[in-house]
Amino acid sequence: MKQERAAEAGLVKTKSGLDKKAFGEGMRDGVPIGLGYLAVAFSLGIAARNAGLTPFQSFLASLLCNASAGEYAGFTSIAAHAAYLEIAIVTLIANARYLLMSCAMSQRMRPGISLGHRLFMAFDITDELFGIAIARQGYLNPYYTYGAVLVAAPCWAFGTALGTIAGNLLPMRLVSAFGVALYGMFLAIIIPPGRKNPVVACLVVLCFFASYVFSILPPTSGWSEGTRTIVLTLVIAAGAALLFPKDFEEEA
Amino acid sequence: MRNAYIYILIMAGVSYAIRVLPLTLIRKQIKNRFIRSFLYYVPYVTLAVMTFPAILHATQSQIAGLIALAVGIVAAWLGADLFKVAVLCCGVVLAAELFLV
Repeated sequence: MKQERAAEAGLVKTKSGLDKKAFGEGMRDGVPIGLGYLAVAFSLGIAARNAGLTPFQSFLASLLCNASAGEYAGFTSIAAHAAYLEIAIVTLIANARYLLMSCAMSQRMRPGISLGHRLFMAFDITDELFGIAIARQGYLNPYYTYGAVLVAAPCWAFGTALGTIAGNLLPMRLVSAFGVALYGMFLAIIIPPGRKNPVVACLVVLCFFASYVFSILPPTSGWSEGTRTIVLTLVIAAGAALLFPKDFEEEA
Repeated sequence: MRNAYIYILIMAGVSYAIRVLPLTLIRKQIKNRFIRSFLYYVPYVTLAVMTFPAILHATQSQIAGLIALAVGIVAAWLGADLFKVAVLCCGVVLAAELFLV
């Protein structure tokens, strides 16, 4: 009931054009996210430099892609001179979770919302921005999302460019330290659900093991990192979905 | 090396397509249990596969990478947020390599 009223309020507000209140709230909530992005993007910039990209190219990639794991996987493939099709598939797999988030968001859109809002809201669906948007009551407010994106997205893009520039200047010791920031972020995404869901916890361990074995044993050790990621993801995730189909009762 | 800008445009195009297609096309709930379960597991599996053993090669010393992995797992398990886990892993590598390298 409460949710319905909040939804109605959102409907009334957004009907009259720019919703300044939601926009301001979005900008406020975007600040801590932007700060986190700066640090992680810096580490991503180092990966871009290793792939031979210029600071402008890494800036452009981050501005357009807005994806940590996806960009990282892409840069790794670029470093290996992968085929264009491989880059496309690697990006698809590494970003597959955004497909899921977009599906979840589609269930929370105000009926009759314009196509323009749908197109813009999709641009920067990330773990964090999706998280803060979906945590609010009622229908998703496009202006809240725009406010948050306006703060967070530039941090992500400039952080990446800085990493590519300064990665050259920093001592090896610091480059080495920053290099694990991305993996730390990955761990922060995959470990907490393992606490609640033992299947996920076992999957993570299985993935570490399988990924390690694939990287040292022929013929898979001869494959590119991107190809190994695609094959392992499809096989393990499909196997898990068959053996342990999930119950979806309480969906947001 | 192939053209970097084409690589970037492909990455950008695929990244956007993934995000925009469900949001514009899906107007009702997905029912198929296998597809939903598969989509649910994919992110965890991909990220886990990309994390190990790659984290060992991100650092100068493989042992430092291994320690960062262990510390990161414990911190994330105890509920540290994304930013904290990332910074902690960096700090651990910095400290460990003072002794190891």
